[in-house]
Amino acid sequence: MAAATLETLLGRHGHDGTRLVQILREVQDALGWLAPETLTAIAHAIDRPRAQVESSAGFYSFFHTRPLGDYRILFSDNITDRMLGSQALLRRLCERLWLEPGRVSEDGLVSVDTTSCTGMCDQGPALLANYRAITRLTPQRIDHMARLIRRRVPVSDWPREWFRVEDNIRRRDVLLGNGLAPGEALAAALERAPTALLDEIERSALRGRGGAGFGSDIKWRACRAARGDAHYVVCNADEGEPGTFKDRVLLAGFFDLVVDGMCIAGFAIGASQGFIYLRGEYRHLLDLLETRLAERRAAGLLGRDILGRGFDFDIAIHLGAGAYVCGEESALIESLEGKPGKPRIRPPFPVTHGYLGQPTTVNNVETLALAALIAVRGGEWFRTIGTASSTGTKLLSVSGDVARPGVYEFPFGVTVAAVLEAAGAQDTQAVTTAGAAGPCLTAEAFGRRIAFEDVATGGSLMVFDASRDMFEVARNFINFFAHESCGLCTPCRVGTAVNARLMDKLARGRGSPCDLEEMEKLHQLMQHASHCGLGSTATIALRDMLARFRPAFERRLRSPDFAPDFAPAFDLDAALSQARGMTGRSDPGAHLGDETSATGALRAGEEPR
Amino acid sequence: MSDEHARAAPPPRKLKLATVSLAGCFGCHTSFLDIDERLLPLLERIEFDRSPLTDIKHCGPCDIGLVEGGVCNAENVEVLREFRAHCRVLVALGACAVNGGLPAQRNNIALGELLQEVYRTGHGLAAGSRIPDDPELPLLLNQVHPVHEVVRIDYFLPGCPPSADAIWDFLNALIEGRAPTLGPGLLQYD
Amino acid sequence: MNDSFLLDGETIPFSPGQTVMQAAAAAGKYIPHLCWHPDFAPHGSCRLCIVRIGGRYATACTVGAARGQVVENRSEAIDAERRTLLQLLFVEGNHFCPSCEKSGDCVLQATAYEMGMLTPHFDHFYPDRPLDASHPEVLLEFNRCILCELCVRASRDVDRKNVFALAGRGLRSHLIVNSESGRLADTDFAATDRAAAVCPVGAILKKRVGFAMPIGKRTYDPRPIGKSHEPGTREDE
Repeated sequence: MAAATLETLLGRHGHDGTRLVQILREVQDALGWLAPETLTAIAHAIDRPRAQVESSAGFYSFFHTRPLGDYRILFSDNITDRMLGSQALLRRLCERLWLEPGRVSEDGLVSVDTTSCTGMCDQGPALLANYRAITRLTPQRIDHMARLIRRRVPVSDWPREWFRVEDNIRRRDVLLGNGLAPGEALAAALERAPTALLDEIERSALRGRGGAGFGSDIKWRACRAARGDAHYVVCNADEGEPGTFKDRVLLAGFFDLVVDGMCIAGFAIGASQGFIYLRGEYRHLLDLLETRLAERRAAGLLGRDILGRGFDFDIAIHLGAGAYVCGEESALIESLEGKPGKPRIRPPFPVTHGYLGQPTTVNNVETLALAALIAVRGGEWFRTIGTASSTGTKLLSVSGDVARPGVYEFPFGVTVAAVLEAAGAQDTQAVTTAGAAGPCLTAEAFGRRIAFEDVATGGSLMVFDASRDMFEVARNFINFFAHESCGLCTPCRVGTAVNARLMDKLARGRGSPCDLEEMEKLHQLMQHASHCGLGSTATIALRDMLARFRPAFERRLRSPDFAPDFAPAFDLDAALSQARGMTGRSDPGAHLGDETSATGALRAGEEPR
Repeated sequence: MSDEHARAAPPPRKLKLATVSLAGCFGCHTSFLDIDERLLPLLERIEFDRSPLTDIKHCGPCDIGLVEGGVCNAENVEVLREFRAHCRVLVALGACAVNGGLPAQRNNIALGELLQEVYRTGHGLAAGSRIPDDPELPLLLNQVHPVHEVVRIDYFLPGCPPSADAIWDFLNALIEGRAPTLGPGLLQYD
Repeated sequence: MNDSFLLDGETIPFSPGQTVMQAAAAAGKYIPHLCWHPDFAPHGSCRLCIVRIGGRYATACTVGAARGQVVENRSEAIDAERRTLLQLLFVEGNHFCPSCEKSGDCVLQATAYEMGMLTPHFDHFYPDRPLDASHPEVLLEFNRCILCELCVRASRDVDRKNVFALAGRGLRSHLIVNSESGRLADTDFAATDRAAAVCPVGAILKKRVGFAMPIGKRTYDPRPIGKSHEPGTREDE
């Protein structure tokens, strides 16, 4: 049966190796896990070396090469989920299921673990049940869930209410209040020649909304000018930055505008194929989006001869599988090609050498939607909104300690304070303005403006009131990066892991001031030497928090008298526990005191006799 | 001694040097002795405190401590802490002190399994042999650690063992109050 | 023809398309590196070859040489960062030089000497990585693998066998071989493959030839790696 299932699946993907990530996901859905012989069969079918198939299977968090239970429960482990009580809920579920976190139950029924931010920070705590998002968890839901699992009720039969994902749009501006009909923007764009369209985008001064703010017209022109057998448009919907969820809302509620934007990009650069790279955590959107694409094809808004104007452009959705690094455009392209999502060496950039080595433009969901808007309303109009160097509006995902978490559309130039006020934040001690990968602002900076030239952001604002322990925020971020580092380059792979260990050491109360210095030194190294933005941004928030919330860290240090410049990371007495157990000893010699018992120690500056 | 010498400042105090081998093989100490006749001028400038060469059991206040070997048991920890407390400058001497060395290659085996294998289930054991539990014996740590994971270390002199020349250069620098460096060919990990 | 840049104040000529590393190597100048090899496409992963060009950091193995570049290579500040990168690699794996057959011929070790690395500094990870001795002629000692992918590249691009790949992510990244059993013996790997000779560390070793060369006569005994790039010497084999 497994073989037949496999053959059907592989046939549907045309035995195409570039579809490997999709194939692995579907095979895992069908067979439960990716067994060694399954990987061999896939490798044969797509004519790729088995090691490469195993390489991809081993890279993504949502693929497992060992059985992890019929029910795989993954709690979103963003700091905002934690602030909403996710850790207690995880423990509760484990207790109800007689289970240890991270372990598969004896009967192979279920495993419970954590996963990186699932993009439901406005309605957490959240989890993924067999990779389907469940929001607004409560102790009651957890108890109910445990009963359903024990009774082996399929996830598809769980209460539908649990899977409801709210949009939580709190403020609309020109984008979220656009009122355009499907295809309207596209029709307006096709009125012009591609070069005229590019001029319009240039007039708008539209900049990429992913955070880096690269000029969209420059990117599109470079891509159009690049020679290749085919050109590609990729919509980066791998919204993985902790605390961001605005693309989820755009895709769920404004999908036609996004698709219009992709078609427009395709028209502008001369592409006939587009991809949407949808993060695996948004699996719940897949069927909806596929349906909508089919409807558009039927309506002449996608596919062959769009709107009767002889323009061919189609879109395939590619689902990610749990890898934050795929938000980096070249890693995303690797993943699109079926490989592990490791960032490429750049240059060459994707605009000249992207998908399958061909010219490719990768744009954020929001950028594409705005491009569609500009095609209708014009670049001049767009430029009247926002600031001189940051035109238009920005979608902000606001979560954490606010009365009204959700998506806020503000013109660029809005102050952080104004956003906080709109969201009903009180007693705010800190805001992270670019998720886990950006700065951490404190009150004196709340007058600063959201704009590329001031507070640049991809849109993730997480708010922390005065009751929050900023050390735990930093630790959550550091663990996130250690989990998400792709492992390609030394400073990020090992540096994030060393940082995670140092933070754990501090959390155990075993730190010394030299550990804080160590983290600052690693910050420098990772800034200078990392291969991609993941490594070079992984310690920015930590650096800020070390500078601005020093006492939260220093509270974790051993007393300065004991450890002015050094403290071991581990408990030496505990390191004798196995030996005590094996020998049954409990005499004084079977223990080590924590501090030095040596007498006559030299004091600082003292010389021997 | 001439009058002129007598009027001059008293000869500098001899520096106190302590040495110890923890989870090591004494190879580094042997290499130390390989400085051969240079030991004599050295002894004009240092005197040994605790060391296998003196049989002093506990170290007093010292200028320099040389620690060979990693930390594999409770006694190693206590001795290392004593050295740290008493030595102004503490040096990790040799591969095992620097990264755990050969003894640390047990670190991937759970200690319980290891003791079972060695004392209960291994080949050639006498009938009824059991895991020693005499309070005189130091208990093993779960893993072997290089010394810098247990106390602060001022300087590292790698090598298995560090050569006599490397030790000689290193000590001379320390005695003269310079930051020790290893000249060409003296830095070796094997 | 007159294109050149400055490397630590010395004029280095380059031809179009060359990277800073290639031009430097051709001129006999040493830029520290582990994952770069003249015969293979750059990988940019070890990051040892970071240099500063006009104040910005870049890897010499991936950045193109350009006229008038001012490249800072062997400054104390950059070597210090390289030392830290080496220390990270040493604590990540299990690198016990005294018991390693590659000692004296190892690029990781020789580079650590060159950078004056006296201690691994960080706490060791002591990972558990069982070795693979299944192949009759070649041993895989994963404890020493530094994930440079030279074997991956050699097996893919020269041997056309794709015997090796990296699997896992982050700190769990590890070398795998192209067989369902995971054993090298079950692949078409041969001791004569380029991939068998390209490992810069002691992760891929030919059996029964270890320790044949006495100390003093090994690759980096007479000549430190920093001098090995000078004219008349070869880095590899």
